[in-house]
Amino acid sequence: MAVDRIVAPIIKDAIDFDIQLKPYQKFALDNGVEVYAFEGGSQEVLLVDMVFDAGNTYEEKNWVAAATNFLLKNGTSAKSSFEITDAFEFYGAHLNRTCTNETATVTLHCLTKHFEEVIPLMGEIVAAATFPEKEISILKQNQIQRLLLNLKKGDFIANRLIDEYLFGFEHPYGKYSVEQDYKNINREDLITFYDKYYKQGKCVIFIAGKFPSNIEVLLNKHIGQLALNKKEIKEQIHPIVSATQKKYSIVNDAASVQGSIRLARPFPNRHHPDFPAAQVLNNIFGGFFGSRLMSNIREDKGYTYGIHSYLQNYKHAGAWMVSTDAGKDVCKATIEEVYKEMKKLRETLVEPEELKLVKNYMLGALLGDLDGPFQIISRWKSYLLNDLTADYFYNTIQVVREVQPEHILALANTYLKEEDFYELVVY
Amino acid sequence: MIQFEKFQLDNGLKVLVHQDTSTPMAVVNVLYNVGAKDEDPAKTGFAHLFEHLMFGGSVNIPVYDEPLQRAGGENNAYTTNDLTNYYCQIPAENIETAFWLESDRMLSLAFSKKSLEVQRKVVCEEFKEHYINKPYGDAWHKMRSLAYTKHPYRWMTIGASLSHVEDATMQDVKDFFFQFYRPNNAILVVTGNVQIDQVKVLSEKWFGPIEAGAPYVRNLPKEPVQEKSRTMDVRADVPLDMLMMTWHMGGRFDEGYHATDLITEVLGGGTSARLYEQLIKVKQIFSSIDCYHFGTVDPGLLVIEGKLVKGISMTVAEKAVLEEVEKIKNEILDAKEVQKVINKTESVICFEDMSIMNRAHSLAFYELLGDADLMNKELSLYQKVTPTMIQQTAQKIFQDNNRNTLYYYSKS
Repeated sequence: MAVDRIVAPIIKDAIDFDIQLKPYQKFALDNGVEVYAFEGGSQEVLLVDMVFDAGNTYEEKNWVAAATNFLLKNGTSAKSSFEITDAFEFYGAHLNRTCTNETATVTLHCLTKHFEEVIPLMGEIVAAATFPEKEISILKQNQIQRLLLNLKKGDFIANRLIDEYLFGFEHPYGKYSVEQDYKNINREDLITFYDKYYKQGKCVIFIAGKFPSNIEVLLNKHIGQLALNKKEIKEQIHPIVSATQKKYSIVNDAASVQGSIRLARPFPNRHHPDFPAAQVLNNIFGGFFGSRLMSNIREDKGYTYGIHSYLQNYKHAGAWMVSTDAGKDVCKATIEEVYKEMKKLRETLVEPEELKLVKNYMLGALLGDLDGPFQIISRWKSYLLNDLTADYFYNTIQVVREVQPEHILALANTYLKEEDFYELVVY
Repeated sequence: MIQFEKFQLDNGLKVLVHQDTSTPMAVVNVLYNVGAKDEDPAKTGFAHLFEHLMFGGSVNIPVYDEPLQRAGGENNAYTTNDLTNYYCQIPAENIETAFWLESDRMLSLAFSKKSLEVQRKVVCEEFKEHYINKPYGDAWHKMRSLAYTKHPYRWMTIGASLSHVEDATMQDVKDFFFQFYRPNNAILVVTGNVQIDQVKVLSEKWFGPIEAGAPYVRNLPKEPVQEKSRTMDVRADVPLDMLMMTWHMGGRFDEGYHATDLITEVLGGGTSARLYEQLIKVKQIFSSIDCYHFGTVDPGLLVIEGKLVKGISMTVAEKAVLEEVEKIKNEILDAKEVQKVINKTESVICFEDMSIMNRAHSLAFYELLGDADLMNKELSLYQKVTPTMIQQTAQKIFQDNNRNTLYYYSKS
């Protein structure tokens, strides 16, 4: 008998899956630094994430936080920049740095068997970085060149400006660096920042993967004796000053063949009760490949290679953002279609079938996102740094499972109103 | 060590299964043995356009994505010069949905006119976004056409020109499909929380009835040995001068392949690599510089490219790069530096193999090369590379007559 290809195989709905966020283990080092750990995985590898309260929000001059973070491994009292990086790379280890709004991170990826060799280096850069003048001047020079290049790109300009409109240039979420900021930085700035926010800063550690049996001893030896978590670091609160003008059209490159479109409105952070259901609405709207924006603007009209909407969830505030690059001649039509889709969501109840598909997709994707030790610790990290608990995880799942079309419609009427959105096109 | 089992259906479809019960997910990966290199030179960009069309509905299923998403799955695809690869990740309990979807589009596409019209536009926007509306976006178009004279690697997967994609007809699409998208020209890999027997049953049920096509015999023109150094000048509205050099290197089966890969690591892998240390840090000639290759099946290109520090002339930059190149030819590496790049490679392999998705991609790729088990032998091949082999390979590749140079000048 021929197989029936018309009827889909029977599926188990993802909304019926029992999705668990596996718990972490926790211990403290001698200096009080807390370590959140998730052990597991099939490969003999691990990651160590040291997270400092050293993000942009703490800097008094633009770019100091990012430059300090970047240059941590470019010289210590005992080793040159090259010696440090060569020492990590000899063992196939990677040391990455990232600086975000509230926190700055130093991340080590390494083979389990080499952990013992590389962890002392990690301690060394936190305790004894020297910020050599030469390293600073090379970074400045290269950073300025990178900026020149980025300023040619419409999407880069658009990303900066939309954040400025939403949060204001004085807010860490809205500010960005210009050439003069790079020039203004000096070694004193970096050392002062380093001493306060790294050397004697506030740190929390996340580890995941396959651990060597003596990992606690090694972490204690190389990190647990540093002068961390001794002083209180006050959280910085900056007022949000959103722009009053709503619509912008900017020509960055007259020869451009596309426009970078950003539509965005302010949106609360994850502590707001609307957040979980808004994620469902966002997925229907533009959150995945099968969303309405993609179906209409890419798959039906072919105006763009991709269009996405997302909830930007910073610690203290966020935004609801629509982002795409579209052909120059269809930018206006693209924006109109986005507004049409908002209107539809405000006026017409979402069909139960579509809603169920989105719910299944979201929970199936969540199951996939939790696959593996790095993914699990990364989820915990995101929660713990934003004062969220496992309750948030389970509450979100429950809301996704249960949310009804009427609730989605009500949310669209609250949040997807054309007049609330900033509108920007950079050509 | 990635364990797997392999079997073949009567229609020629190769099936590989790798079980990992620690995950609730499964990956279904279908690799088609067709890439941009198999295209007609007058109809380039087809393999990639095709990748888009594969989501436009199949003979029995009007829309590919919806049923997959309903089953909690996600999917994507990519096209290279050598192959086209489709994959979905789905909760293991719903794996049959992936078999149903993938087999139906192997059986036949719907060949919808609307889908072709829209995807032509989408690909043109993709072309603009990545290759026109981006500083240096055309550099690789130019470099490929400079470095290759005969071999189809001379065009990019997106196509040599927008018009090739714009002019694609439905007949072209059908011909391409029935030539390449046949079970005997494909490899199915299933990884994750599955049972071998279950995969056997599902493969027979869904893919077994699909008819084999005429075997595809690849007969691509060989790139003649380059006899003279080639150069090209470009002036464009970019903020910085860029220097890009390529040298022909062996393909995936070349005995020097692993040594070549390690050469790119010595020169360009990370911030302790030679080019970064010497040319960015010590001499401050470049603000960024990379050395890499694409790991292509047929003989490929070893690349060094970087952006110059403002005020540095192209001649000075070129000379500085060539000095580093001469060094690796003339001075044997010390054992520690070789050990470093081997250690790095080991680390990359371990991290890559963490997810069932990457394991599926790798199994499919190595099976395409002839034997999926090569995946498990790869590290030992790197470990066998000696300083002498690196030096000899460098001497073979880094010859002036084997070099192509793109001088990409800023107009401003």
